[in-house]
Amino acid sequence: MQQFPCPFCGLRDEREFHFAGEAGKTRPDTTKEISDADWTAYLYYCTNAKGPSREIWVHTTCQEYFAMTRDTVSMEVLSTEALNEDAA
Amino acid sequence: MTRHYSALSLLREGLKGHTGWAPLWRSPAPKDTYDVVIVGGGGHGLATAYYLAKNHGVTNVAVIEKGWLGGGNTGRNTTVIRSNYFYPESTALYDLSVRLYEGLSRDINYNVMFSQRGMMVLAHSDAEMEMAARTVNAMQLGGADAELLGAKEVQKKAPVLNFRNDARYPIHGAIFQGRGGTGRHDAVAWGYARAADRLGIDIIQNCEVTGFLIEGGVCKGVETTQGLIRAGSVGVATAGHSSVLAKMGGYKLPLHSYALQAFVTEAIKPFMDTVAFSPMTGSYFSQSDKGGLVIGGGLDRVPSYGQRGNMPMQETVLAGIIDMAPALAKVKLLRHWAGIVDVSPDSSPLIGPSGTEGIYINCGWGTGGFKAIPAGGYLFAHLLANGAHHDISRPFDPGRFNTGHLIDEAAGSGIAH
Repeated sequence: MQQFPCPFCGLRDEREFHFAGEAGKTRPDTTKEISDADWTAYLYYCTNAKGPSREIWVHTTCQEYFAMTRDTVSMEVLSTEALNEDAA
Repeated sequence: MTRHYSALSLLREGLKGHTGWAPLWRSPAPKDTYDVVIVGGGGHGLATAYYLAKNHGVTNVAVIEKGWLGGGNTGRNTTVIRSNYFYPESTALYDLSVRLYEGLSRDINYNVMFSQRGMMVLAHSDAEMEMAARTVNAMQLGGADAELLGAKEVQKKAPVLNFRNDARYPIHGAIFQGRGGTGRHDAVAWGYARAADRLGIDIIQNCEVTGFLIEGGVCKGVETTQGLIRAGSVGVATAGHSSVLAKMGGYKLPLHSYALQAFVTEAIKPFMDTVAFSPMTGSYFSQSDKGGLVIGGGLDRVPSYGQRGNMPMQETVLAGIIDMAPALAKVKLLRHWAGIVDVSPDSSPLIGPSGTEGIYINCGWGTGGFKAIPAGGYLFAHLLANGAHHDISRPFDPGRFNTGHLIDEAAGSGIAH
């Protein structure tokens, strides 16, 4: 099995991790009027990059979400960091 | 040069020492301009070209393939053909495909070895039996054939499955589709290629699309490793890599790409003559004509473009197979592989305009692209020839994500998407 580095727990088995989504997606402000197109783009559309991709992951064992940059072809993990720098 | 297959041509060529067979398709240099350029020489792309020529008389068409025919997903699947879906839109789509497959060998004069050995989706509890009955009803209402089998009937069809009383997933029954089965995946690609070539379609291999020619917001052709090719319209049928093409073409897609693994064992004596799928274990298998067991399972847990197998899914799928048929525990794997599939949020395909004028898309088939090849090609050809949907493809327009008319087959199809 491959090992992924959790910023909080260190190297752990890949099966402990769950892909949560692409990084940089901001939820539209639902207190204001939102167009169908904007809401659709937020809910469904994604870059699905081939190669380096910045993503949000969760380490299911410690329940912490974090950012991971990963090559989607080689599966190599390029970096991981806590979402809140102070938390680390 | 002999180009038509028949008992007579086989006899004649046999007497001549098989020296007169013509290549299945030409390898022309690309022309400057085509009416339609299809990106992707997999099953869907080749079928689209064939139906464009046959059904719509559009023959000034090029199919552009970055590798070789049958080298992508068309050669990397488990060859199952079925239409056991829940929603009427899906049944209409996939049953069109099964019907086209039924006549395909005759239609294209090439044996695609569609073997209608039937497919069983196992139910492992009383609650699953109720859901199975619901699916059988839905399939019958949609015009597909379906039967609800009890445990005894399953045992009669596939005595090798696990009927022990202490089985972790005891078999209560199954959804059975008798018209389902398996085909020869390479033959589907080669057969469509040969048939399209004979109707004048140019198949250009080892030619990668590197960009789209966009003039005034409208796509006018493609840039390739063999130069610029102008086109009246462009159809993109690049399973797995649709998002990569979308980035070049200036449109976005609601897709994630995943590896989907499959396995084949060493050849063994006749073991089972149907396709058996267990949603609980997430595994399925059938026996190929050569004797190897062809094994498949669900998607990887992690999006990726890495066309190779990996351990976590391998464990899950093979553990499931041994649970289904414990006699297979000692059978050796010959090889395993992965293809990249693009999965949409409702696990149904996307057929329609891309968002960039002049580019049309056929993608998002997820785990089920192979069984859909004839229908995908048939409907995509209709779209490219007329610029408008066929009634069967209309519900699969990408616009459904704006309107909310999703066709959520993640549960309905019974397979782990």
